[in-house]
Amino acid sequence: MRLEPVANPGLLRRLGLPAAALVATVVTGSLLALSAGADPLATLGLIVTGAVGSKFAALETLNRATPLIFTGLAVAVAFRAKLWNIGAEAQLYAGALVTAVLGAHPIVTGVPGMALIGLAAALAGALVLLGPVLLKTRLGVDEVVTTLLLNFVLLLVVSMLLEGVLKDPMGMGWPKSAPVAKSVRLPRLIEGLRLHWGFGLALIAAGLVWLMQARMRLGYEIRAVGLNRAAARFAGVPVGAVLVKTALISGGLAALAGFSEVAGLKGTLTLDLSPGFGYTGVIVAMLAALHPGGVVVAALFVAGVFVGSDAMSRAAGVPSYIADLLLASALLYMVLAMQLVRYRVVWR
Amino acid sequence: MTDLLDIFLSASFWVALVRIASPLIFATMGELICERAGVLNLGIEGIMVFGAFAGWLTVYLGGGLWLGVGVAMLAGMAFGLLHGVLTVPFGLSQHVVGLGITLLATAAAYFAYRLALPEVTSPPKITPFAPWPIPGLAAIPLIGEGFFAQTPLTYAGFVVAGLTALVLFRTPLGLALRAAGENPAAVEAQGLSVTALRIGAVAVGSGLMAVGGAFLTLSAFSSFFFEMVNGRGWICIALVVFGGWKPGKAVLGALLFAAFDAGQIRLQQTALGATLPYQVFLMAPYLLSILALVVMSRRASVPAALMVPFNKGER
Repeated sequence: MRLEPVANPGLLRRLGLPAAALVATVVTGSLLALSAGADPLATLGLIVTGAVGSKFAALETLNRATPLIFTGLAVAVAFRAKLWNIGAEAQLYAGALVTAVLGAHPIVTGVPGMALIGLAAALAGALVLLGPVLLKTRLGVDEVVTTLLLNFVLLLVVSMLLEGVLKDPMGMGWPKSAPVAKSVRLPRLIEGLRLHWGFGLALIAAGLVWLMQARMRLGYEIRAVGLNRAAARFAGVPVGAVLVKTALISGGLAALAGFSEVAGLKGTLTLDLSPGFGYTGVIVAMLAALHPGGVVVAALFVAGVFVGSDAMSRAAGVPSYIADLLLASALLYMVLAMQLVRYRVVWR
Repeated sequence: MTDLLDIFLSASFWVALVRIASPLIFATMGELICERAGVLNLGIEGIMVFGAFAGWLTVYLGGGLWLGVGVAMLAGMAFGLLHGVLTVPFGLSQHVVGLGITLLATAAAYFAYRLALPEVTSPPKITPFAPWPIPGLAAIPLIGEGFFAQTPLTYAGFVVAGLTALVLFRTPLGLALRAAGENPAAVEAQGLSVTALRIGAVAVGSGLMAVGGAFLTLSAFSSFFFEMVNGRGWICIALVVFGGWKPGKAVLGALLFAAFDAGQIRLQQTALGATLPYQVFLMAPYLLSILALVVMSRRASVPAALMVPFNKGER
């Protein structure tokens, strides 16, 4: 077999194939529920109601989606340039670390204080990714492995600091940082609803990324570098500089996930701040076909699967790891579907 | 200084070194075979997790230790086949599919573990492989115990590395495989199928990765627990680069890495260890891997068609 490009994929092809991927995911979920001895329809129903069935559930989903929008955007921006940033987890923790340090004893309070802390957090994340990218552009070191390995290093740095200088003396012995001061905690988006401004910031970030990609020179250059690095260089695009800028944006976005979790949702830094938001960002970005608007939708979907599965697991006893399995299969089905939109299989 | 010397001169250091290197040798050979054929396999981390789980479960349910190794290998090959089909004929991004396989295999292992053992607090143990001291050789002072009083799975690792080198560089199959990673069009011109070669390489390589994972449960730790692979797969990818895509050098790299890892565990117990947080020692292996990549990347000769999909009839 071989692949032949489809010149102008029709609407049926462009919508039908992703829909088929979604159906395949649901079928996979049913089989998993069956394997756990549960009723498939009831299990899937419980996941849906657990994700959006009540005001509490829906708010929980929105809160869970917030860091995923940031990490998803981070991955989407980088992958557009074929910069394989798989270190969003490390960048997230760098941002969280800076937020915890500056937020515990803020010098500037109120909105300016929050903005300063957010900027500092983003800068920290950007710097964490800058290292691997400079190694790549200067020395040709593959960034996949370096960014992956840095995830483990950063987590150990956070662990060291939480058991050392950052340990909250009032923390009853738990390794967590001193609480972020009330004056720089992100306020609620709407009074009375348990949803903080981090979600609003995530939506704004998605809008800005869209603006950058669609309307700015840098967006065009990033796309050119991603499509064909040699051709971009030949056309006069400063490939190295574009990759560095991409890295700064991507690392900064991932760090804002950490900022939003610490200054918004949690108010303190712990070692279990992120249950793999950085890695899940890859799923979010790919489900969204690297489109910033799609990232928001995909993050809501992924968050819903996680929150819904947790609720379902408590009620029906199917292990909550079903969420990770569903999302990993959804990812593979979707990338296959997207490929088949653009290519048809020819047997001969 | 004397602390360091004490460490190097203890037999337990050498035993630990070879034990730490063994799973890395299996998985590094697996990754090397995939990459030589032109496919980057980022599924390695998850496939190791699943191998560790599948091997452990087989023995836990009453199967023999070697059956556990076999089941792990077959499970790894199944994930490899999936990876191969998606990335080779369908030409999907090797990065995305690899990470997808890692997430899928890890989640599958955890899901199945929770299904098999709904509410356990301490992971149940199995009886792992016992050491097989090789008469005579095991009595060599210092390194004898390290290299010649290990479990059979460790010896198998060295045999696999030897076979990998032999097949890759001394057989027509190895030549075809390497050509698929260097110049796939030339392979097609010879009437061979790049698709078949690459899928086969990824399947076999993934099987070896899973055996590397199974080593952890069947020979090193005797139980399965979450996060037990802990980045070893990623380190193996770094080892492939460090070894310049050559089996012998990659094994040497694994041994060097293991020496460092065994050393840092022991250094933690010394006076120096007491002055530094333990996390400094734990992060050293990851930083060392990054350093090794930086040092070796300039000299390395990457397979020319690594990560380049091959579509028949397309120029």
